[in-house]
Amino acid sequence: MKTWLKIVAVALVVYVHIGGLLFDVPRLNILNETIRNLYFHVPMWFGMTGLFSISLYHSIRYLRNPTLESDHKAVAFATTGIVFGLLGIFTGMLWANFAWGTFWTGDPKLNGAAIATLVYLAYFVLRGSVDSQEQRSRLSAVYNIFAYAAMVPLIFIIPRLSSSLHPGSGGNPGFNVYDLDSKMRMVFYPAVIGWFLVGYWISTLRIRILALEEKTAELDYAKHA
Amino acid sequence: MLLSLIRKEFKLELRRRSVVSGIGLYLFAIIFICYLTFSLRRGSINETTWSALFWLAILFSVINSVAKSFIGEKKGLSIYYYSIASPQTVILSKIIYNTLLCLLISVVGYVLFSLFISNPVQDVPLFLLTILLTSFGFSAALSMISAIASKTNNSNVLMAVLSFPVIISVLLMAIRATKNILDGLERNTSYDELTNLLAINCILTALAYILFPYIWRS
Repeated sequence: MKTWLKIVAVALVVYVHIGGLLFDVPRLNILNETIRNLYFHVPMWFGMTGLFSISLYHSIRYLRNPTLESDHKAVAFATTGIVFGLLGIFTGMLWANFAWGTFWTGDPKLNGAAIATLVYLAYFVLRGSVDSQEQRSRLSAVYNIFAYAAMVPLIFIIPRLSSSLHPGSGGNPGFNVYDLDSKMRMVFYPAVIGWFLVGYWISTLRIRILALEEKTAELDYAKHA
Repeated sequence: MLLSLIRKEFKLELRRRSVVSGIGLYLFAIIFICYLTFSLRRGSINETTWSALFWLAILFSVINSVAKSFIGEKKGLSIYYYSIASPQTVILSKIIYNTLLCLLISVVGYVLFSLFISNPVQDVPLFLLTILLTSFGFSAALSMISAIASKTNNSNVLMAVLSFPVIISVLLMAIRATKNILDGLERNTSYDELTNLLAINCILTALAYILFPYIWRS
């Protein structure tokens, strides 16, 4: 990752924290100040989807041309993606406690998100239970593609079909109707970009750690052999 | 080639009577446990519970019976298949065979449910269509997962862990369509769910068709 991108990421996230907590937001019943959570909760889901998509891309690349590098990339992006997903669930739970009065509702979108998290946890369980490195990479790449395709209807199709408390699903209007003067967009769009860049940055660090671990394992093996 | 592979699956299944009767007994036991634990008398259960119980019973029997499609196979057998058929033919034959197996399990389960618990289904043809589509979805997803799980160390645990998240969108659609049917709604209210189910099935089958060769090549 280029240095200037890292600087942009840090600047955006700092801006989001300052702007998100201090700038003017629409005064709405029930939501009140919790509307500021929009800058933290929604970018997590955007980031998760983006990171999982990158992971999917590298899994496909692995199947076309099996290199250790694409395998490492697929795992690293999936790991960061699942952290983003968990943070999205936690920020959402806090928000739900204030806006809906309970940490968890039987909302289809919440259930879909929980299942998407399970899919990727299963992905790591699968990786843990295959011994041969080559086999592990290939099987998990296949499962990654399969799971991604199964996850898309859960998060993007089913919540739209059924009744839901969530804005933007079940016939509810999206969040943009609350933001009449477009002031929130000034923070929201930078938040999406900033958080995604941070996720990408963490993933690149993970990729480097994985590569180094691979190298030390090789050196260890050479020393003992 | 496809036909002869499917025929081989049937012959194998019929030759091992204990397996077929095992699946049947498993299904019967689940339904009987539902019947006893809920101490259900005829008509004393509401529609939502009926569809949830029905699909849970079917889901568990199906996972157990489809799991063995790859997990139970002997090591040398896959090498033999590899030499006589393309991987695409193998996975398609498995999917078609497992669809028929799931269909059989679901229909038998339906008969047992109406015998022991109740039969609130009003539109039987539509319900059978739902069962057919769901069986197809189950078998497409589970055959693939079974192939993945068979390559790992603790395949039985992984079979459950890997299949549950993948299958749940199929299951949700099936439960929703079933509830519409049980409520006696018009046919066109369920079309949305059924077309979605069909779309998910197509995606899963296409992916299984494309991805299976990569799993197999070991």
